[in-house]
Amino acid sequence: MKELTRPPTSLWADAWRRLLKNKAAVLGLAIIVLIILVAIFADDSVFAALAGREPQPLLAPMHFAKQDLENNNAVPRWLTHVFPTLKPVGTEGGYAKINDKYALGADYNGRDLLSRIIYGTRVSLAVAIVGPLVSLVVGVSVGIAAGYAGGRTDNLIMRFVDIMYGFPDLLFIILLMALFRSTTSAAEAGTLRAVLTGIDNAMGGMFFIFVGIGVTAWMSMSRLTRGQILSLKEKEFIEAARAVGAKDGRIIWRHILPNILGPIVVAQTLNIPQYISTEAFLSFIGLGVQRPTPSWGSMIADGASAIRTYPNQAIFPALALAAIMFAFNFLGDGLRDALDPRLKGTD
Amino acid sequence: MGRYIARRLLWLLVVIFSVSVITFVIAHAVPGGPFSREKKLPPAVLKQLNEKYRLDDPLWKQYVDYMGGIFIPRLTRSEPSTSYLEDYLINIPLGEYTLRWMNFGPSYKSQSRTVNDVFRENLPVSAELGFYAFLVASVIGIPLGIVAALKQNTLVDYIAMGIAIFGVSVPVIVLGPVLIWLFAIRLPIFLPSGWGSWRAEVLPSIALGLGSSAIIARLTRASLLQVIREDYIRTARAKGLMERVVIIRHALRNSLIPVVTVMGPIFAFLVTGTFVTETIFGVPGMGRYFVTSITNRDYPVIMGTILLFAVVIVIANLIVDLLYAWLDPRIRYD
Repeated sequence: MKELTRPPTSLWADAWRRLLKNKAAVLGLAIIVLIILVAIFADDSVFAALAGREPQPLLAPMHFAKQDLENNNAVPRWLTHVFPTLKPVGTEGGYAKINDKYALGADYNGRDLLSRIIYGTRVSLAVAIVGPLVSLVVGVSVGIAAGYAGGRTDNLIMRFVDIMYGFPDLLFIILLMALFRSTTSAAEAGTLRAVLTGIDNAMGGMFFIFVGIGVTAWMSMSRLTRGQILSLKEKEFIEAARAVGAKDGRIIWRHILPNILGPIVVAQTLNIPQYISTEAFLSFIGLGVQRPTPSWGSMIADGASAIRTYPNQAIFPALALAAIMFAFNFLGDGLRDALDPRLKGTD
Repeated sequence: MGRYIARRLLWLLVVIFSVSVITFVIAHAVPGGPFSREKKLPPAVLKQLNEKYRLDDPLWKQYVDYMGGIFIPRLTRSEPSTSYLEDYLINIPLGEYTLRWMNFGPSYKSQSRTVNDVFRENLPVSAELGFYAFLVASVIGIPLGIVAALKQNTLVDYIAMGIAIFGVSVPVIVLGPVLIWLFAIRLPIFLPSGWGSWRAEVLPSIALGLGSSAIIARLTRASLLQVIREDYIRTARAKGLMERVVIIRHALRNSLIPVVTVMGPIFAFLVTGTFVTETIFGVPGMGRYFVTSITNRDYPVIMGTILLFAVVIVIANLIVDLLYAWLDPRIRYD
């Protein structure tokens, strides 16, 4: 007799199979893997840490902070064909220094743009990874607390979330960043402020960005989690688990969490582009990472002010930022379709 | 319905109160007062400035004074005054008296101006930009979604949704420089920065509105696809109506109802999005002023902007909810 059934597969294996059929999602995934590799091997810090020496640039042609003021705003020859407004010195009305050492040109400090874009993957990726983690841990815990406890606790928590929703997100982050950043000079040694500022400085200014994103991003997550739990709580299998004497912690951990993981993962993946663009925006207005740590946002800001004369300085980091945003959007859409085929084609 | 609106308005007060307290506390927690500069002011001047702006008062008193100035309307004999204490945003003449309301206080940075001056000068520009972006979002988004749904799973659909993904993925700080380079420098059709002529206003409006148009397009498509499969559409077709009439009269009207729900979030997004757009395109609106006021610790400008925007967003959401109930008679709030 012919076998009509296929071997049973788990939800995740099934989703993975569907994801691989989605060309856009696979493309997104490929770009993300590529960016991760570029971020790790921008310099050889992985090996340097083992050998106990200073890291040397690996994929990047040079270190991101290496200045050469002789060559500030230099452009390679091929760019003058791509951007016809870039006129090399010697031609009529020409102003651009030609130097083929810089594949994408150099910025106003004579730093290699390509190297800065390559190192810049680290900032964007760090935000793409830590942003969802923070909002996941905080948002899901709050959502579980509200949804599972119900009653007055639920009411209190959700009203608080409602109030925070009234806050214009971006303005709130700007305000927080202004608070964090201004402590740099004023912090006295030994205070909490000094410790936090120390951590932030060690991370090139990323710590406070994580905090800022975390503070605003957990709310939608907690709403989603709570909604999911409310609909699950009354299901028979939860009642069954309770009937056989399972404790609350076990019910949450073993029965509820695995069931709400799908929508949460999808929501977080779809949120990643937003985190990335928040960081880029903060760096753009000068409240993000600290110089000279390269962020695509601050590179675009620097480039935008010189866009008439040196368009390459803004366009290339902008393309890099667009690429990572596309990749995460494709992957998020694909994940949603894969984990819940019913939602396909809807928003 | 009346009770629902009353409850929502009450809720609005709670939100304003919470937002104002949080903002006030954070703004004042920033170390260093508004007058601490690189070059220290003489103590006597500093003392006088602190006295003038009542910065020596306890924090709660400063808060109460500030909120009172904004929210408590005053009836005064109409006599023009140039003092910053007397600059109200709304002045309604009532015969001999004037009803004055909303005093957002002085700007610490530019001491001859008040926050109301800043609002009067910069707010109309931001509002204009937001309105144009909203137009761009709807004018591009809704037709794109309709076309995609009517030609589902054809090349047209894929192209339309491709454009939508593009719009969602590309943030303003990417779109801005690219648009400037393409359409203001390479092909000098538009101006790269400024405001006041259509040549300067087109690019920022598109840069800001395109992302929202993508969201609207995707939602319109999904909603129309769902409606087209409803029984009443089949009925309309069965009784021999022309396809055009079926789509326009029966399908479109119903499919646009869910689209109204995203208008609230989109409005909020556009309002805060103006900040980015204005910085890139050099538009003299609230956004640029807000960013500089933060680095200058100009509390009243910070407070005023955030409060104003929070109120606008909450009211926009309320209007959207009411509009939703009005459009879809099945929804009743009580």
